[in-house]
Amino acid sequence: MQSRTLKQQQRKFIWLFLTPGLLTILVFTTIPALTTLSYAFFKWNGFVRGSFAGIENFQNLFKYPWRDQFFAALTHNTLVFIAIMVIQTSLGILIAYALFRLKRGQRFFRTVTFLPVIFSLVIVGYMWQVMLNSYFGPINKILTDIGLASWAQPWLGQTSTALPTLVFINLWRWVGFPAIIFLAGLNAISHDFIEAAQIDGAKEGQIFRKILFPLLAPSMTIITILTFIGAFEWFDLPYVIGGTVGSPSGSTDTLALMFYRLSFGSADSVSNNIGVGSALGVIIFIIVGVGAGVGSNLMRRREVEQ
Amino acid sequence: MISKILTGTFFKAVLILNAVMVLLPVFFLFNSSLRETGSFAANPIELARKPAWSNFTQVWAGGEFPNFLKNSLIITLGSLVVILICALGAGFILGRYQFKGNNLIYGFVLTGMLVPAKLAILPLFIQLKWMHLIDSHFGLILVYASGALPAAIFIMAGFFRSLPADIDNAARIDGASEFQLLRMVLAPLVRPGLAIVAIYSAIPIWNDFFLPLVFIQSPEKKTIMQGLTVFFGEYSSQWGVLFAGLTMAALPLIILYLLLSEQFIKGLTAGAVKG
Repeated sequence: MQSRTLKQQQRKFIWLFLTPGLLTILVFTTIPALTTLSYAFFKWNGFVRGSFAGIENFQNLFKYPWRDQFFAALTHNTLVFIAIMVIQTSLGILIAYALFRLKRGQRFFRTVTFLPVIFSLVIVGYMWQVMLNSYFGPINKILTDIGLASWAQPWLGQTSTALPTLVFINLWRWVGFPAIIFLAGLNAISHDFIEAAQIDGAKEGQIFRKILFPLLAPSMTIITILTFIGAFEWFDLPYVIGGTVGSPSGSTDTLALMFYRLSFGSADSVSNNIGVGSALGVIIFIIVGVGAGVGSNLMRRREVEQ
Repeated sequence: MISKILTGTFFKAVLILNAVMVLLPVFFLFNSSLRETGSFAANPIELARKPAWSNFTQVWAGGEFPNFLKNSLIITLGSLVVILICALGAGFILGRYQFKGNNLIYGFVLTGMLVPAKLAILPLFIQLKWMHLIDSHFGLILVYASGALPAAIFIMAGFFRSLPADIDNAARIDGASEFQLLRMVLAPLVRPGLAIVAIYSAIPIWNDFFLPLVFIQSPEKKTIMQGLTVFFGEYSSQWGVLFAGLTMAALPLIILYLLLSEQFIKGLTAGAVKG
């Protein structure tokens, strides 16, 4: 009898405690996400839904004028992913290992390393925009002062340097994140491995390459997946600096910016196209979902069991 | 021996160089916020020997800026209340009860984590309009809460699961109701989890400008990061004031971070580090 009332009481509480959270997720995440999917299959006139369109929106995405924009943006996202993986992740590992070796002052350097991660991208974007200003910015001023006047250039204002400069700003803001993740990975490795190798006379470089680096594989998997998702949904920084059209001349355009333009219109084309926009949204979701899913499966298999 | 000293120096140099790279722009930001606008044309880099505090009073005057800050505070704290209450309840159930549908609900929460909120922005916009929650702080709070909740519930469920089951039974034998069990016995024990969830959720909400950009239109309802985009346009030629504005927007989190750096690092990497 007593256990029955307990069960009943429990069942009441289960739903009382679960409902608020689940309902919030359902209404403000799940339903809109599913609706995006349905939007992609309808004709749209402004914000008014028209008749069923089949896969026409998807086909239109691969026709003029969107085709070129789509592939240019996709190329930028891909380049950004590769650049971040190569530069930001290696630097992250380097900083993590330097922190790992440090006996004293680790706390100070760790705090400094992670500091930019707490900055809003709006602040980061504006701060660097001013610092990179062609005429009054300190970067060009420093270059001129140290005799490299020919290097001084409108970093964010010309198509050849805008995207690489954005990647650099992204590096400034983010590199502390992989560094801390890799540091946590290094700290989780048992000291027995390192000591045994040291007794066997292994050099520091060998210990890192043969023992520590392979054991960092789980951290590497997480960082790669997060970088992939971040790179293919890249929006905030290019928006703050290059606006909705990826200035200059679309050289910093990304899939997410294009999605935003199609959804809400932009300075150069006031009218939006929700159908094609939603089709693009679905495609971005597939790229991110498939990429992250396949990637994590492949990488997990290569991880070393400790 | 020599090579050992050399590598030691190399790694120290890496850390020092990194610290300089991080701190120089931040110092430039603070320093520039105290310079007269006119002085930038002559020399972009110069110490503010005579601090021009008037930059800050100019930002603060007019009431626009303090209002942005207040709005961000309301939205961040409001979202936190919703997130913490919902995650505490749902984490409690998912972490401590075995019942039919448990796995199904887990799966549902997991899919919520996979959906990139930005890609659902259009239906969300139309839906909020229909619910009369556009241009409303409350609407924004619910959207933020919904975005943070899946991860928050997972983190809390993990913390609840790590507590021994005997605690519950002991409390029940003593006559505690399920609600009392949660409030008086378990909630104090999962406080570290709540701290992680709070930081994990609050920082991105405070820093976000995308959702306000889409959902908030009235100037008096704008958040600080959204307001900065307005401010940056208005003062694009007054560099001293511009930097003062950026500094004031950045300072609250910097101060909190310096006080609670361990918790910040733990909280913001919570999604990526196991255990």
